[in-house]
Amino acid sequence: MTTSLLAAPPATPLAAGEAPTLEAFGLDPWWLILAKAVLIFVFLMLMVLFEIWFERRFMARMQNRLGPNRVGPLGLLQPIADGLKLPLKEDLVPRGVDRPVFILAPALATMPAFLAFAIIPFGPTVSVFGHQTPLQLADLPVAVLFVLAMSSLGVYGIVLGGWASASPYSLLGGLRSSAQVISYEIGMGLSFVAVFLFAGSLSTSEIVASQERIWYAVVLFPSFVIYAITMVGEVNRIPFDLPEGEGELVGGFHTEYSSLKFGMFMLAEYVNMTTVSALAVTLFLGGWRAPWPISLVDGANAGWWPVLWFMIKLLLTISFFIWLRATLPRVRYDQLMKLGWKVLIPGALAWIMVVATIRVLRNEGISTQQVFFAVAIVLGIYIVASYLWDAVRGNRRDAEEQEATAAERAGAGDSTGGDPMAGGYPVPPLDAPHYHGRNSTSKEVNRA
Amino acid sequence: MNLYVPIAVLALIAFGFAMFSLVASTLAGPKRFNRAKSEAYECGIEPTPQPVGGGRFPVKYYLTAMLFIVFDIEIIFLYPWAVTFDALGIFGLVEMVLFIVAVLVAYLYVWRRGGLEWE
Repeated sequence: MTTSLLAAPPATPLAAGEAPTLEAFGLDPWWLILAKAVLIFVFLMLMVLFEIWFERRFMARMQNRLGPNRVGPLGLLQPIADGLKLPLKEDLVPRGVDRPVFILAPALATMPAFLAFAIIPFGPTVSVFGHQTPLQLADLPVAVLFVLAMSSLGVYGIVLGGWASASPYSLLGGLRSSAQVISYEIGMGLSFVAVFLFAGSLSTSEIVASQERIWYAVVLFPSFVIYAITMVGEVNRIPFDLPEGEGELVGGFHTEYSSLKFGMFMLAEYVNMTTVSALAVTLFLGGWRAPWPISLVDGANAGWWPVLWFMIKLLLTISFFIWLRATLPRVRYDQLMKLGWKVLIPGALAWIMVVATIRVLRNEGISTQQVFFAVAIVLGIYIVASYLWDAVRGNRRDAEEQEATAAERAGAGDSTGGDPMAGGYPVPPLDAPHYHGRNSTSKEVNRA
Repeated sequence: MNLYVPIAVLALIAFGFAMFSLVASTLAGPKRFNRAKSEAYECGIEPTPQPVGGGRFPVKYYLTAMLFIVFDIEIIFLYPWAVTFDALGIFGLVEMVLFIVAVLVAYLYVWRRGGLEWE
C-alpha cells in the first residue's frame, strides 16, 4: 500500500473553499488581519498558561500526586497566580552586566517565538462576516524556512542573555544552549526535506493539502522520528534540557534574570514548545485534517470542525513532551552532541537519498518489485560485507588484545611496576581502567 | 509582499508586548538596594571576577558554530531541490548525490579529526 503512495500524487482538483492554497492568502481586509494576529497572540498566551497547568497536573498524576489544586477549579488559575507574582518581584540587574544587551535579550528570545506561529494553519477556508478566509494568519512560499529562521533568531536571545550576564553559569548555559539548538536544527532541517519532496512546496497550507490521502508521519516515518527527537532538543526540554541542567549550571542562561525578564524566557520556551508541536501536526500528522475514521464522515474537514482536530492533535503532541519529562532522565552533553551530529544528521541524509531514489524510479516507471529486488541485493551485499569486515577486524583486535595482555603479564613478572605489594606497601595500579568507559570490558577489569 | 503584511502585524504585537513587559518589570517590582544582591550568583561564595566583555569559553563551541554554518548551507540547497524534484527527474537525483558526497567527504574528515567529539 505504501509503495503506491511513493509515486507522485495524482493532481486532484481541490474543492473550492475547502483546502486553501497559496493563492488564497494576502487577500484579507485589514480588520481581518488584525483580528487574526491578535487571536494568534492571545491563543499562544492562553496555551502557555494551559501548558503550565497541564504539565504540572499531568506529571503529578504520573507520579501519584495531585498537583496544584487550590487556586481556582482544579487549580486552573494557578499559572495566572504564578504569572501575576513575577512582575511583583524585584527586577535585579547585577553589577558588571552589559546593560543594554542584558535588558534586550529577553525580548529577543520572545518575539521570534511568537512570530514563528504565524504560518500554522488551523483549518480550511471559512466564512467570517461574509469574507472567505483561510484559518491561518499568513502563508509564504517559504513558510517552513520562515519557522527555521525564527528559531535561529531565538538563539540570539539565549546566547546574548548568557553572555551579557557576566556570570560563569550564564555564559556556559548560553553557549551550551546555542550549540545544542544549532546542532539539532540541522537534523530538523534535514527531516523536512523528505516532506518537501512529497508535497512539492514549502507552504504549510499546501503541505496540509497534500496530506489528504495519508499523513506523512506514516509514509515518511523515519523523517517523523528524526523530527520528533530534534524538536525536543530544539526547545531545550527533558531529556535534552542541558542548558538549564540544575545540577551543574543552576539556571543556565537565565541564572541572573528575575521578575518579568525571567518570565519572558519561560514564556518563550513554552511558546516554542507550542510552535514545534504545531509544526509536527502540520507537516507530519495531517494538519487540521480529521483523523482516519472521522475523515470518512461527510463535512468532517469543512467549516470550523478542523480547529477541533487540530487542537486534539496539538494537545496530544504536547502531552508527548510532558510524558517524556516524567519518564526520561537528562542525557550527558557529549551524548547529546553525539546523537545530534553522528546519528541524526547522517541518518537523515541517508533517508533523504533513499526516498529520492525510490521516488525517481517510480516516476520513471520502474515497478515496485524491481525496486525492492535491487534494494534487497544492495542490502544483502551490505550485510555480507559488514559481517566480513567485522570478522576480519574482530580477529585482528582480539589478537592485539591477547598480545597486550600477554605482554603485560610478562612485564608484571619481572618488575615491581604491577606488583600490588611492592616494597611491602599496597600500591594501586596506576592505569586502572574506568568502569564506565565504553572500552572497559570485564576482561580489563579482571586484569586490573 | 501582501503575504508578509500579517506577519508584520504580528511582529508589531509581539514587539509591543515585549517592550511592555520590559518596562513593567522595572516599574512594578520593589526596589531594595543590597550590595550582595547585585553580585553575580555563584552559590553564595564570592563571584569569580569576569573580564569585561565576557569570559573565555571552550573553542569547541566556536567549532560547532562553524560546522553548523557549513551544514545549514547544505540544507538550504536541498530545499529548492526537493520542491522541484519531480520536474528534475534522474538528473536532479544524480546532481544531488554528487553534492551530498562532496559534503560527506568534509563531514567524514571532521569526524576523523575529532571535530565531533565532546569528551
